[in-house]
Amino acid sequence: MADVNRGNRPLSPFMIGPYYRPQITSISSIMVRITAIASYGVVVLAIIWLLAAATSDAAFGFVDGVLRSWFGDLLLFLFSWALWYHMLGRLRHVIWDFGYCLDLEISKKMGWGMFIGATVLAVLTAIIMAMGSA
Amino acid sequence: MAQFTLPKNSKITQGKTWPKPEGATNVRKFKIYRWNPDDGQNPRVDTYFLDMDKCGPMILDALIKIKNEIDPTLTFRRSCREGICGSCAMNIDGINTLACIYGLDEVKGDVKIYPLPHMPVVKDLIPDLTHFYAQHASIMPWLETKTNRPAKEWKQSIEDRKKLDGLYECVMCASCSTSCPSYWWNGDRYLGPAALLHAYRWIIDSRDEATGERLDQLEDPFKLYRCHTIMNCTNTCPKGLNPAKAIAEIKKMMVERVV
Repeated sequence: MADVNRGNRPLSPFMIGPYYRPQITSISSIMVRITAIASYGVVVLAIIWLLAAATSDAAFGFVDGVLRSWFGDLLLFLFSWALWYHMLGRLRHVIWDFGYCLDLEISKKMGWGMFIGATVLAVLTAIIMAMGSA
Repeated sequence: MAQFTLPKNSKITQGKTWPKPEGATNVRKFKIYRWNPDDGQNPRVDTYFLDMDKCGPMILDALIKIKNEIDPTLTFRRSCREGICGSCAMNIDGINTLACIYGLDEVKGDVKIYPLPHMPVVKDLIPDLTHFYAQHASIMPWLETKTNRPAKEWKQSIEDRKKLDGLYECVMCASCSTSCPSYWWNGDRYLGPAALLHAYRWIIDSRDEATGERLDQLEDPFKLYRCHTIMNCTNTCPKGLNPAKAIAEIKKMMVERVV
């Protein structure tokens, strides 16, 4: 807000963490944004996989190998967590936009619920995927 | 645009440590943000020690004691000392609240006090609220009527009056707006929770006859819709109000009038 800064007035400290206390409501909200950005990573990964398939057998073998390794499994597990989390975050916005659950206590519970819910759903997804590929 | 660090002139430096009170057994440490517009230095954090056996129960009591007994240059706003004027809003122990109604026993460990976040600092704990007040003025914080003035008074039913509960109590201390990350980053165009709570207070007032104009004025990608329901406002309000809910109600009315 430089327009009201008469002279060389400093900006008061604000950052969440060192100066502003992190709270479940704010952290769960920021995580919706972060998981959205992470979801773009999933798209990039899928494009790399398709590009490799279109390039050569060797390139596809390499990328496919990485994705099927334990590292690829871990990456996909984290991505599925991010997708589930983001979906629950969107669901929370729908509930809020209808005017429900806007009181502080229920909002806090929904924040924790998103972390717990995304974890449960990601584990279930992993189990189903593992059963499918076995 | 999201901003995560302080500008160069705002970086906080190590400040002065003031001497401990002599002969005191119950001593508490206070770390307080200082900035003097006259010395050309960056802001700093000074350390003070107070004898808690000779101090009142509230944060404001401690600040006044420091100013009276240790460092008369410490600068802060205060007036009513009972949470109704909104002057002594500041960032205490990581949340925004009123120093006069926040107890020293509510803080664990050292007491850290900063001015309200992401505001231009006038001196020490005093932020410049010019823009904040201008935003409040922009939402027309008064009863707007078109019909002829009644002979006696504008009447309101008990039910309609009840709709103003949880809104009229706002003391405009700016704790909520300066706790909001959206307001930190888009405060030039986003009105912030305090101004929007006041906007809603007039929108749902049964006596007000400018509801349409009020909603028209808020129909803007920034003024209203930068609220992402982060809820820092509701979490921090020293009066226990819920600006996030008021904003959600305005958003609902925006949809309701077009469907």
